[in-house]
Amino acid sequence: MSKDVLVIGGGIAGIQACLDLADQGITVYLLERLPSIGGKMAQLDKTFPTNDCSICIMGPKLFEVERHPNTHLLTYSEVEAVDGEAGNFMVKIKKKARYIDEDKCTACGLCAEKCPVIVPDQFNMGLGTRRAIYKYFPQGIPSVYTIDDSVCRVFQGKKCKICAKICEAEAIDYEQKDIVFELNVGAIIVATGFEVFDPSDIKSYGYGTIADVITALEFERLLNASGPTRGHLERPSSLNIKAEIKQTEKKIKKAKARLKSLEKKNQGSTDEARKTLAALDERLSGLKAKEAALGDVKDIAFVQCVGSRDLRYNAHCCSYGCMHSVKEAIVSTEHGSEIRSTIFFTDMRAYGKEFHEYFLRGGAEYGIQFVRGRVAEINQDDHGRPVIWCEDMDARKVKKLPFDLIVLATACVPSKGIEKLANIMGFDSDQSGFVKTDPNKPTTTSAKGIFVCGCANGPMDIPSSVSMASAAASMAAQTVKGLG
Amino acid sequence: MNTELRIGVFICHCGINIAGVLDIKGLCEYAKALPNVVTAQANLFTCAETGTSAIKKAVKDNNLNRVVVAACTPRTHEPLFRASCKEAGINPFLFEMVNIREHCSWVHRHNKDAAQAKAGDLIRMAVAKAAFLEPIETFKSKVEPLTLVIGSGIAGMTSALALADQGFEVILIEKEENMGGLLRHLHKIAPANVAASELIEEKIAAIKKNKRIKYFTSAILEEVTGYVGNFSVRFSCGNDSYTCKVGVIIVATGGIPLRPEGLFNYDGKNVITQSELEIKLKKRDIEAKSIVMIQCAGARIPERNYCSRICCMVAIKNCLYLKDIIKDAKIFVLFRDIQAYGVENEALLLKAREAGVRFIRYRPDTPPVVENGKVKIYHPAMGKEIFLPADLVVLSTPIVAHDDAESISRILKVPINGNKFFLEAHAKLSPLDFAFNGIYLCGNARYPATVREATCQALGAASRACITLSHDTIERVGTVASVQEELCSTCFTCIKVCPYNVPYINERGRAEIEPMQCQGCGICVAECPAEAIEFKYISDKQIMAACEALLAS
Ligand SMILES: Cc1cc2nc3c(=O)[nH]c(=O)nc-3n(C[C@H](O)[C@H](O)[C@H](O)COP(=O)(O)OP(=O)(O)OC[C@H]3O[C@@H](n4cnc5c(N)ncnc54)[C@H](O)[C@@H]3O)c2cc1C
Ligand SMILES: Cc1cc2nc3c(=O)[nH]c(=O)nc-3n(C[C@H](O)[C@H](O)[C@H](O)COP(=O)(O)OP(=O)(O)OC[C@H]3O[C@@H](n4cnc5c(N)ncnc54)[C@H](O)[C@@H]3O)c2cc1C
Ligand code: SF4
Ligand code: SF4
Ligand code: SF4
Ligand code: SF4
Ligand code: SF4
Repeated sequence: MSKDVLVIGGGIAGIQACLDLADQGITVYLLERLPSIGGKMAQLDKTFPTNDCSICIMGPKLFEVERHPNTHLLTYSEVEAVDGEAGNFMVKIKKKARYIDEDKCTACGLCAEKCPVIVPDQFNMGLGTRRAIYKYFPQGIPSVYTIDDSVCRVFQGKKCKICAKICEAEAIDYEQKDIVFELNVGAIIVATGFEVFDPSDIKSYGYGTIADVITALEFERLLNASGPTRGHLERPSSLNIKAEIKQTEKKIKKAKARLKSLEKKNQGSTDEARKTLAALDERLSGLKAKEAALGDVKDIAFVQCVGSRDLRYNAHCCSYGCMHSVKEAIVSTEHGSEIRSTIFFTDMRAYGKEFHEYFLRGGAEYGIQFVRGRVAEINQDDHGRPVIWCEDMDARKVKKLPFDLIVLATACVPSKGIEKLANIMGFDSDQSGFVKTDPNKPTTTSAKGIFVCGCANGPMDIPSSVSMASAAASMAAQTVKGLG
Repeated sequence: MNTELRIGVFICHCGINIAGVLDIKGLCEYAKALPNVVTAQANLFTCAETGTSAIKKAVKDNNLNRVVVAACTPRTHEPLFRASCKEAGINPFLFEMVNIREHCSWVHRHNKDAAQAKAGDLIRMAVAKAAFLEPIETFKSKVEPLTLVIGSGIAGMTSALALADQGFEVILIEKEENMGGLLRHLHKIAPANVAASELIEEKIAAIKKNKRIKYFTSAILEEVTGYVGNFSVRFSCGNDSYTCKVGVIIVATGGIPLRPEGLFNYDGKNVITQSELEIKLKKRDIEAKSIVMIQCAGARIPERNYCSRICCMVAIKNCLYLKDIIKDAKIFVLFRDIQAYGVENEALLLKAREAGVRFIRYRPDTPPVVENGKVKIYHPAMGKEIFLPADLVVLSTPIVAHDDAESISRILKVPINGNKFFLEAHAKLSPLDFAFNGIYLCGNARYPATVREATCQALGAASRACITLSHDTIERVGTVASVQEELCSTCFTCIKVCPYNVPYINERGRAEIEPMQCQGCGICVAECPAEAIEFKYISDKQIMAACEALLAS
């Protein structure tokens, strides 16, 4: 028997459940599969309906989880097996090797400055880069670095170990192994959240082929002051051009050096080298002209219900999409005085406390245009600008409108691996694949002693996730106190 | 105590948030030269583990007795740094924080020199104030392990049972003669498809059986005084008056559906509300063949500019129940936006569409007009007005706050919003707490909610309450007002101005402020003509020191 509780998933729901229980004097294990807790909320820029900076209000909670005497953090970990029953679960957990001694690493970041391997940064939705040794995000908890063994040179059989040389704390340990251990708990809370639907499934929207069609979560990172563009609202196409310019400049430098050395040695013809250089120069000026022609982002479109309320993909509504588009459109105005936003929507689902008021302000004070109509297709004009085709239901006209940037409000889909957890733990899923609950007991799953909260149960916003997390904590507390 | 002042200043980069605009190195050098400053250091993220350990280390290494952090806003980060001070062994109130992010690097990002100068000024002021900081102790008080739940709808009953199940005693008061709230009058509850009566009968039986719950119906709340852990409550039932001591309070007073007097020709017969329809459905007393429902009746209009969240779902559900009873019924739902969020509501909407219910959108500038036996509506897709036959018109009216919401808010000293729904401490991260410690919130009293959501919130409020209840004592920090008795002239000013009714005249005939009760708003301090009230942590001496430092630049 055990009076401890395991919370699976370190998003805002899992964190709230964990803190409620810990504050009641119950020992809690908070398990997260990523290197840091925080979940999606940590990736958001601001939050509706009050526009607080997301990580600023969340940061202290992350820290509290780490500092609380009744909590134990198990990050970079996964549940392998669950046996037993309510009051007495045996949970087999695998803690993945970080190749870093968590107690020694001071998160100074010197290693990452020198690491030669550069890969897309998952936290920034691939819009920025990180090194093979990295911290998931700056305010991440626990505050330690992690070596990604899928890309680190050492684990690809190549020479490197630069980080070990740099690290003054001697925290790096390439020999570290995954650890598997068992935990005895009395109740379990599933708070594994959701995934953003991959809109490349919808071919007619051009996501993945048209650079300036992005998802809302990508847009949140582009707006964020600590995001990949430092909060400068840039479109991916111009980021691509900038990257190309950088590359070309590097190549030009190399070509010049080569030419110089050829001239010095005075052997053979330099024609070939001159030609290459000229071609590169021309390429560079072409790219620069292209960049200049792009100019600043001015017209942004938000496309609602992408993969939601659509029987081909997901029948359900994402519950927060209308609001986050209004929010992102409002916040965009802080990034440029000429920015105008248009939201293409089905129904404006502004149903929460202060949401309708927020939506009205978006129109009246921030000049957001609302067009009722589902977008049929997104393609490109001759200049490569993305173009929306849509029937404006109020005007009763099919419209074709070009934009600088198009943001897709993507569906909320069950988190990856939830089927595996369902199998291991024996709870049922609903018609959309989220964790099913008793209709009259909103956090109770079909498996006794196992509760659910947040988006693991279905699409919901932060206030609902937090309320539900407290509810799940209440049920778990009842279970381990052996009274209910 | 060490009388020599040893101040440490910690300046945060906040990534590029601050360091992108301000020269942090320069600020460190500047701070080092200020009086009593022993060390000044920069941190990439002072709030990260690395930053707080750096503070603790510096306190130890330099034997510091005052800490100044120049970083972001104290609103979110002060508790954290105080805790670090405590862990480092200094009183958490020998700490001062200045905001060089919101107040400098963010607002003056286009004027770096001015931002730099201002940051320097702020740090100089904080250092000057720090010299006059005094340690502040925490007060302890006992927790009464009892809860008062106000309202016995599904939310209040769920909270009461959850607390009782965890071993705590509950007093449940209901102003009506019967428990059960809105659900008493409803037909069946979607999406569970259970009879509303079944749902509440089960809960009422459980409450009546539970030895830990005392319930009072026809009860009127009259007075609440005290503070978290130690509230005194007075209420009456008929001619009987009761007083009790409780540790926490849960507000579950619900709301009521708007009576749409004067809207859409409402008459309670041929034009009725969804609530009235539910009563008819219960009795199976419906003959109408053509039914038109009108959404947002009295909602999302300038007088009531909010969406009531549940009425679209209620309409959809009732369309399906109507279709069950009258197979060939023609049903139209006239809506502005259909709020079928999530998995279950959207599935219900699809089911209604499949059952043949027709949904027609209307715009607020062309609202439906109810005429005798028909409804005129501008059809936006057809681009013209059409007439729908209507034997029965059903208005979906919003949930509105109770008439007595304002008086309850005054008795409890907790706020309500513009629509008179109770206002939580933080819209996102504390949806079930009030800013006033020890009082919690759930169900329709907070905002319209489905049964599922209200139940969730009720369990959540119980969890929040358990945090207080599971401790024998609670601590309250001493950042409060206190009267210097020898200066008090018993003018009653503080008693009049305190919004929380804290000051009273003690047996010596002087004003006194109970520190556990004081909310630290500082109003009495400013108003006292004799300057007899001092605010710990923001004393005149400290403020003057800061001002002098500013002027001395
Ligand atoms: C673009 C966008 C903008 C939004 N803006 C807002 C807003 O402004 N305001 C608002 O209220 N809401 C907003 N939302 C909704 C908000 O993000 C969610 O309500 C909230 O993040 C849900 O929190 P959660 O903890 O349930 O899930 P998540 O944040 O998804 O957290 C789940 C956690 O569990 C972990 N996990 C998953 N599976 C496992 C496993 N098998 N084992 C271990 N760990 C696992 C994940 O790594 C993750 O850390 C927005 C959503 C999006 C997509
Ligand atoms: C027509 C209609 C149909 C609905 N259908 C559904 C449905 O199908 N599915 C669904 O999920 N939800 C439905 N709902 C919503 C459901 O009714 C609410 O979710 C639920 O009633 C909320 O419960 P509550 O306890 O918060 O509030 P209430 O039910 O309003 O209970 C509040 C209680 O507090 C008492 N009270 C108020 N003030 C005081 C005071 N000062 N002192 C003491 N006691 C006080 C009241 O008398 C009442 O008993 C429907 C609502 C309506 C109007
Ligand atoms: S591993 Fe070493 S170098 Fe890298 S952040 Fe940690 S302490 Fe610094
Ligand atoms: S050993 Fe791996 S992580 Fe370390 S510097 Fe080299 S590639 Fe980067
Ligand atoms: S919340 Fe809005 S964007 Fe998301 S599926 Fe629902 S209606 Fe569409
Ligand atoms: S829930 Fe529907 S009917 Fe009710 S106010 Fe909102 S939009 Fe109008
Ligand atoms: S500080 Fe505010 S709450 Fe405290 S006694 Fe004075 S007026 Fe009342």
